[in-house]
Amino acid sequence: MLLIRCPYCEEERPELEFRNAGEAHIARPTNIAAESDDDFEKFFFIRSNPKGVIYERWRHIHGCARFFNAVRDTVTDKFVMTYKAGEPKPAKLPGASK
Amino acid sequence: MAKAAAKTKAAGASASVERRPALAGRAVSAPGVKVEILPPAERISLRAPEASVPALSKALGVTLPATPKSSAAKGGRTALWLGPEEWLIIDETGNDPLADCAKISALHSAVGISHRNVAISVAGPAAAVTVNSGCPQDLSLEAFPVGAASRTILGKSEIVLLRTAADAFRVECWRSFSDYIFTLLSEAASDAAN
Repeated sequence: MLLIRCPYCEEERPELEFRNAGEAHIARPTNIAAESDDDFEKFFFIRSNPKGVIYERWRHIHGCARFFNAVRDTVTDKFVMTYKAGEPKPAKLPGASK
Repeated sequence: MAKAAAKTKAAGASASVERRPALAGRAVSAPGVKVEILPPAERISLRAPEASVPALSKALGVTLPATPKSSAAKGGRTALWLGPEEWLIIDETGNDPLADCAKISALHSAVGISHRNVAISVAGPAAAVTVNSGCPQDLSLEAFPVGAASRTILGKSEIVLLRTAADAFRVECWRSFSDYIFTLLSEAASDAAN
């Protein structure tokens, strides 16, 4: 079982307490009514789906119930780091020297 | 149990309906652990910003804990940290914490959930093993000391777990899940000795 660090509970918890909540850092347009159909499609449906490092929202639903962001590698399924919701995308990942 | 039931009846005398706690009085004993339904208690779900915490702590008579996975108890009233700015208050003396919260003007949200939850006691040397049969958290005394509290899962249902002593836990679950939780813990209790 994966252990995921919850930034609010400040410790690693079993993955059964968590739910994935899709890709992180997708900003809703401020004036969505003025969006063109193409732009709306990009915002609403198109996700990066990378092979490698992905930034995701997760929710500690059976714990503190808070949403937070996590950096995960889609190939190894390893969590690189987690950080609180609302915090900016980390400029440098721990252990990312390559 | 009989005493608690009598008290509930007396308290509810003015109301038109009698309170019937789910699974009242059920208990299962196995070598090393006893699982039993605890008497009804008063409970509230409390949300409040940091600025309101001192006023709420004073009104409730128990200091609201600020550290994750912790609880505070005083005079039969326990405050459990569930999440940032979120607590579960349990009162086992029959005093209504909702009325205490209503007295203060500091911003907060208090919702009475006394009847929503059922409490189950798991006590004995094999208590941690019994709870661990369905709960994936580390329940060693180093990771989950006496007084530690956490919302987590047991089998397929969400619970709030509080360690009341080195070998005793209080499991709070929703009333509609109480039959499932109690049965799971009873089965686990008989397995725990083996």
